[in-house]
Amino acid sequence: MSRFLGSSITKKITMALLGLFLILFLPVHLGINFLLLKSDPEPFNKAAHFMATFWLIKGFEVLLLASFLLHIFYGIFLQIQNWLARGKQYKITNYSQTSFFSKFMIWTGLIIFIFLIIHFMNFYFIKIGWVQGDPENFYGVAHQLFKIPAYIILYIFSFLILGFHLAHAFWSAFQTLGWNTTVLSLVFKGLGTLFAILIPLGFTIIPLVIFFTK
Amino acid sequence: MNITLKIWRQKNEHAKGKFVTYKLDDVSKEMTFLEMLDYLNEKLIKEGNDPVAFDSDCREGICGMCGLYINGRPNGPKKGVTACQLSMSVFKDGDTITVEPWRAKAFPVIKDLIVNRNAFDKIIQVGGYISVTTGSAPEANSIPVKKENAERAFDSGICIGCGACVAACKNASAMLFIGAKVSQLALLPQGRVEAKERVKTMVAKMDELGFGNCSNTGACEAECPKEIKLTNIARLNREFYKANLS
Amino acid sequence: MVTLNSKIPEGPLAEKWSNHKASIKLVNPANKKKLDIIVVGAGASGASAAATLAELGYNVKVYCFQDSSRRAHSIASQGGINATKNYKNDGDSDYRLFYDMIKGGDFRAREANVYRLAEISNNVIDQYVAQGVPFAREYSGYLTTRSFGGVQVSRTFYAQGQTGQQCTLAAYQALMRQINAGKAKMFTRRDVLDLVVINGKARGIITRNLITGEIERHSAHAVVFATGGYGTVYYLSTLAINSNVTAAMAAFRKGALFANPSMAQIHPTCIPVLNEYQSKLTLMSESLRNDGRVWVPKKKGDKRPANEIPEEERDYYLERRYPAFGNLVPRDVASRAAKERCDAGYGVGETGLSVYLDFKDAINIQGKETIAGKYGNLFDLYLKITGINPYKEPMRIYPAAHYTMGGLWVDYNLMTTIPGLYAIGEANFSDHGSNRLGASSLLQCSADGYFILPVTIGDYLADEIKTPKISTDTPEFEKAEKAVKEKLNKLLSVKGTQTVTSFHKRLGHILWSYSGMIKNENGLKKAFKLVSELKEEFWKNVKIPGGLNELNHELEKASRVADFFDVAKLIITDALDRKESCGAHFREEYQTEEGEPKRDDKNYSYVSAWEYTGEDKPPKLNKEELKFKYVKVTERSYK
Repeated sequence: MSRFLGSSITKKITMALLGLFLILFLPVHLGINFLLLKSDPEPFNKAAHFMATFWLIKGFEVLLLASFLLHIFYGIFLQIQNWLARGKQYKITNYSQTSFFSKFMIWTGLIIFIFLIIHFMNFYFIKIGWVQGDPENFYGVAHQLFKIPAYIILYIFSFLILGFHLAHAFWSAFQTLGWNTTVLSLVFKGLGTLFAILIPLGFTIIPLVIFFTK
Repeated sequence: MNITLKIWRQKNEHAKGKFVTYKLDDVSKEMTFLEMLDYLNEKLIKEGNDPVAFDSDCREGICGMCGLYINGRPNGPKKGVTACQLSMSVFKDGDTITVEPWRAKAFPVIKDLIVNRNAFDKIIQVGGYISVTTGSAPEANSIPVKKENAERAFDSGICIGCGACVAACKNASAMLFIGAKVSQLALLPQGRVEAKERVKTMVAKMDELGFGNCSNTGACEAECPKEIKLTNIARLNREFYKANLS
Repeated sequence: MVTLNSKIPEGPLAEKWSNHKASIKLVNPANKKKLDIIVVGAGASGASAAATLAELGYNVKVYCFQDSSRRAHSIASQGGINATKNYKNDGDSDYRLFYDMIKGGDFRAREANVYRLAEISNNVIDQYVAQGVPFAREYSGYLTTRSFGGVQVSRTFYAQGQTGQQCTLAAYQALMRQINAGKAKMFTRRDVLDLVVINGKARGIITRNLITGEIERHSAHAVVFATGGYGTVYYLSTLAINSNVTAAMAAFRKGALFANPSMAQIHPTCIPVLNEYQSKLTLMSESLRNDGRVWVPKKKGDKRPANEIPEEERDYYLERRYPAFGNLVPRDVASRAAKERCDAGYGVGETGLSVYLDFKDAINIQGKETIAGKYGNLFDLYLKITGINPYKEPMRIYPAAHYTMGGLWVDYNLMTTIPGLYAIGEANFSDHGSNRLGASSLLQCSADGYFILPVTIGDYLADEIKTPKISTDTPEFEKAEKAVKEKLNKLLSVKGTQTVTSFHKRLGHILWSYSGMIKNENGLKKAFKLVSELKEEFWKNVKIPGGLNELNHELEKASRVADFFDVAKLIITDALDRKESCGAHFREEYQTEEGEPKRDDKNYSYVSAWEYTGEDKPPKLNKEELKFKYVKVTERSYK
């Protein structure tokens, strides 16, 4: 059993499962974010309140956080192993023939992680009381932040990077889970690309609409 | 055709290597890449210099002995060829070509462009076979094999063990090599019996030997001279957790 | 003086092998553990023998010059492997395969050996299928076959055009399994430079570690050479560039006889020489002649592109000359016919040294998909090398040096004239007479390795069970090691001006010109003189950089080329002696009016087994008379 748990493939499968779990969370979050476009803050704040207080969601939150941390930990761990496996570096490397985004998963991942910290400082840490703010009015916090051009640029950049990460991650997770044949591979690649475009697009439209209309 | 070569020279495993530049001014487009290196070596020998050491044997792309990292890609810019099948016609007059050995911790350099690929044998040793003792085989047609499966097993079985997949992978992962062998044998009824134990031991050996982890970049598939498919890695993953969870 | 005893068992042909197995001595399992066996070469025959011997319980040590057993040149065998399963119900039988091989070899092989091969062929297929070789199958899931040159039944099992690769890997994997079990030990990147004979028995080898340059001693109770053929003596050949005859020549110098050295097969379907830099020639499987039609233009020097030459202006010369077998005549016949057309000025391509192999009709009748299923990877290979797409234009092909029927003389037990030294696979003179039929090579390698040697070696080792481990600390090892070092140092000390390869090229050119597809007395005599002179020049003027104690490819090559000179002289000597034409050995002086080989059964129905008499001294001829009891010796006609 220890051979199984310690195996590189087990680690990869864990990464994939955690990744897919995190991916599931994205549409939910996006759905709630769309409530920001309403002029009435009530629905969004209610939703946020519900998410913050309902016991099932709270349990889910812990799981999600753990998944994030484990995903990041394994990501870094595997990456270090991978660097070591090369030994001496090539003088010239030419990546032309391969999936472009897959080469930079560690970097896109780390950028997303940094964004997450900022995001947490703005919302989650307020909720748990680490940072000053009104936990009952995230709508207001969001609208305030979306008036700052620099923040919007950072926000959009982060989601662009998330798109890059997803572009490889979605298909890759299914490949790691072994759900790939020549046909399935095309399906997952297509779905992955679609997902990697729609999710960041949805997230980035919201601040832009708020900035230019309100 | 004038060609400038930047070739990795390293006296032995422990020596510190460096790139050395050579100029060749009458390279024919009809040469293969290795014939061009032969030509360089003939020149070096005549000038009293040490020729460039590189591995090659069959020179028809099937033994898997040759393998060079040419201009940032295993076996150069052409798809689906070994170094011995790479024609110099893919290069232009005045080109500079950088030639490096396979780089992987599991494949230490022996001399110049020659690396030690013993790790592949070690992986096969722990399970890359069907344990049938000579003489105990049943009549060949007593084990029907679906034509489609036999063909897929063949497509996986054509791996030449050259190591281009490891060389191409940014993680120096050997998953395509192992995936191809595991798939070939798992697709055949004869090989199913030992499928679980095989995949467990081979993957454990792979990890032990210091190959990297697969991150599904697809570089191995793109650079495999036999164009072995990434689906072999998916099947390897599948076989792996099936073996461990059932 | 050597006495040749082929040890052919008594009894009817079909019972000889079973009788023999039942009567030879055995070694019990407990004693096998105490016995060491050295296997040199790890291709289809070496790996299968080593794996099987290890399974039986012997301690096996395997040596090869490559970095892995999987690289051995058996891997390049393409077309298939023959067996008498008769799955096609086309009247095949052990006798028919036996007869085809005896006739294909132009009645210059031993009946008993060839019959045994036919008999074992089905076990070989069973073995490979069980090991996971993905042979071609019907939709029903059962195995399918195709036909090959020189036969009228369909008995060739295949895995596209990579049958050799699949079979060799199966044998390699079996060997890897035994290494894992601790029963076999692998020594890669080793050149075997000498054989050690103690009290008349083969007891060990001297190797050079190709990485460190260290000269090493290895001992065992018996030694098996599975070192392949010596076709690289022609420089350009279908063999791997490092294939060599060094181990076999070492055995020859230690007293093993070298049989039929002049029997070298020139394969008809190879990609022609394209330029002067070429380092090797690539084979296109003979199986292509199943569906491909060979032709040249009817008009001399017709330079039109192939597709513009109308049907009525094409000369399908094989179909014209040999209506019964057509494009499927044996290799030697097809090769000479191609050479004849080219020499007469009908050849195609820039050099005029090639003929067409055309799939147009096959594609029209069977469809592109079917043809791609059978030959897809061969077509791709051809396209890769030549840039010509065989689906659209005919291939251009020309004969090239390929397989050597000659090799170390062995008896029915596959033992050479040195007790304890065995030769298997292409390394022995074997079962192919003066011409090998397609898809018999993999069969013979595998049969020798899996099924024959592991049984027959017991007969010898049964008397060795009381012999303790062989020490390498003996005067014989000492002497052999010293001789090897001296030879290598001598090579290094020449410090001349010409590279090893330049000598090899010149040697190959001499042999190809005078001792290739067509030979004659004057040419052969001239060749002998030229080779002797070249050898002398080599030892005076070869330039080898680097030293002994390092990885030194030039030194490896030089040591191999040095032996090629000697085998070349042996080839020519043998060709001169055989004043007849048979199979691949074609002496211009001895041909029928239609230009077919004319055998002289009265005077030459023997195996020539040459005995070493000293450096550069003429070898002594020993004759093993061939008696044919079960076939009628006839003119070998494919008309």
